[in-house]
Amino acid sequence: MSEEKFDCIIVGGGLSGLTAAYLLAEKGLETLLIEKGNYSGAKNMTGGRLYGHSLEKIIPAFAQAAPVERRIVKERLSYQDSGKMTTVEYDSRGVAAPEGESYSVLRGKFDKWLADQAEEKGAMLVCGVRVDDLIVRDGKVCGVIAGDEEMEADVVILADGANSLLGQKLGFKHKISTNQVMVGVKELLELDKDVINQRFGIESGEGVAWMFSGCSDVYDGFLYTNSDSVSVGVTMMVENIKKTDNSVPQMLEDFKNNTDIAPLIEGSRLIEYSAHLIPEGGPEMIPKLYGDGVLITGDAAALCANLGFTIRGMDLSIESGRLAAEAVLAAKEKEEFSTNALSYYQTSLENNFVMSCVKGSEVCLAAVKSGDLKGDPLKVFNNLIKETLIG
Amino acid sequence: MTDKVNVADKLGMNKFHTDELNSHIEVDKEYSDKAEIDLVTRVCPAGLYSVDENETLFFDYLGCLECGTCKVLSEGKVVKNWNYPPGTLGIEYRMG
Repeated sequence: MSEEKFDCIIVGGGLSGLTAAYLLAEKGLETLLIEKGNYSGAKNMTGGRLYGHSLEKIIPAFAQAAPVERRIVKERLSYQDSGKMTTVEYDSRGVAAPEGESYSVLRGKFDKWLADQAEEKGAMLVCGVRVDDLIVRDGKVCGVIAGDEEMEADVVILADGANSLLGQKLGFKHKISTNQVMVGVKELLELDKDVINQRFGIESGEGVAWMFSGCSDVYDGFLYTNSDSVSVGVTMMVENIKKTDNSVPQMLEDFKNNTDIAPLIEGSRLIEYSAHLIPEGGPEMIPKLYGDGVLITGDAAALCANLGFTIRGMDLSIESGRLAAEAVLAAKEKEEFSTNALSYYQTSLENNFVMSCVKGSEVCLAAVKSGDLKGDPLKVFNNLIKETLIG
Repeated sequence: MTDKVNVADKLGMNKFHTDELNSHIEVDKEYSDKAEIDLVTRVCPAGLYSVDENETLFFDYLGCLECGTCKVLSEGKVVKNWNYPPGTLGIEYRMG
């Protein structure tokens, strides 16, 4: 392997890495994707819901072939306060437009499927290998180092996730601070399909995305319906651990036992317990996105947005993977992979919904921090619906 | 407040490829700031940090979900060094 030089090496087989691999291989570039887990998705988790529009552009009608769980038709937003709860529901069953759809997904299944699509396009996927470092010569990233193996490429895409140890090693990414990331913990609870349909008032194939605010001063809750399971979890800004005596695992337990939540998951059975970081630092947290022979995408680039009470990351990741692939393809045309040649990536992100989304999250976070959203449920829902559902 | 959570039982539902030899996270067992240790024990979603009655800090890397929360909170304090486990090892989400 060390004899060969690739056009592009991608580190990380999550959604942004796979999207880039798919598009580069499709155009005939020698593309190697390296994933540390035993398959794509093995290390990934989401709440979660995928907004379909960005993948729709690449694989039209993907949801018909991909292992999506349910198409989200009901958005519920609840505000809890000392045992009282107000819920707003937005029902989108009357609207049919694939680019406007969102789906509950499980990453272990979904990423594996997308990896298969990338392989079909000709991308080479190597799983079970941890990239330890980058080969850097005269400030130019020339490849990757995994154990005692070195692999070279014209461009390296760092799609190595929220922690992005490689982005930090390269000096592109600052140390993450406790007020820039949330920790999300989730239980995947098996529940009969029909019971789900009945409890949530939906038909087979239809799903609910449900956010809970106000259940605590330090965390928020979520619930998504999957085919025959529900994802239930909490998210907490890491800094908030200093404002409570509670533990993170206990927060999820408390949330599940909440009088409004417990009946929804009664009779369910735990099948998996997961945790992950969610970048929430807004534009300030975005690292240097490109350099000589290197690009950073997805969670590694902190391209994640908390728009009040819905968290978007996966659709932004896919879009950033697509824009990174475009930048690499343009660079390949000229056989020029310098910082200047790759700067197109930043420009195209700036002119794209990705950046406006991340910037929008800053506005929402500021509102949450100032207390504007916490105190007044009506204001919460008005802002929320305007920002997240209508746009 | 509800019953005390049993995280070990929850982790028992997960699939792990155990690295029998090395911990991918290096913890400073001599670290003495009790307040910081308290934060780390409570922030870990897998509840892998604990303190016994002699106030000795324990860390069990085997149930690690590799989220990085302890790194963000306490790198350079309780957490001396943080890396992912070697390829193939560690948590393997079947569902995610």
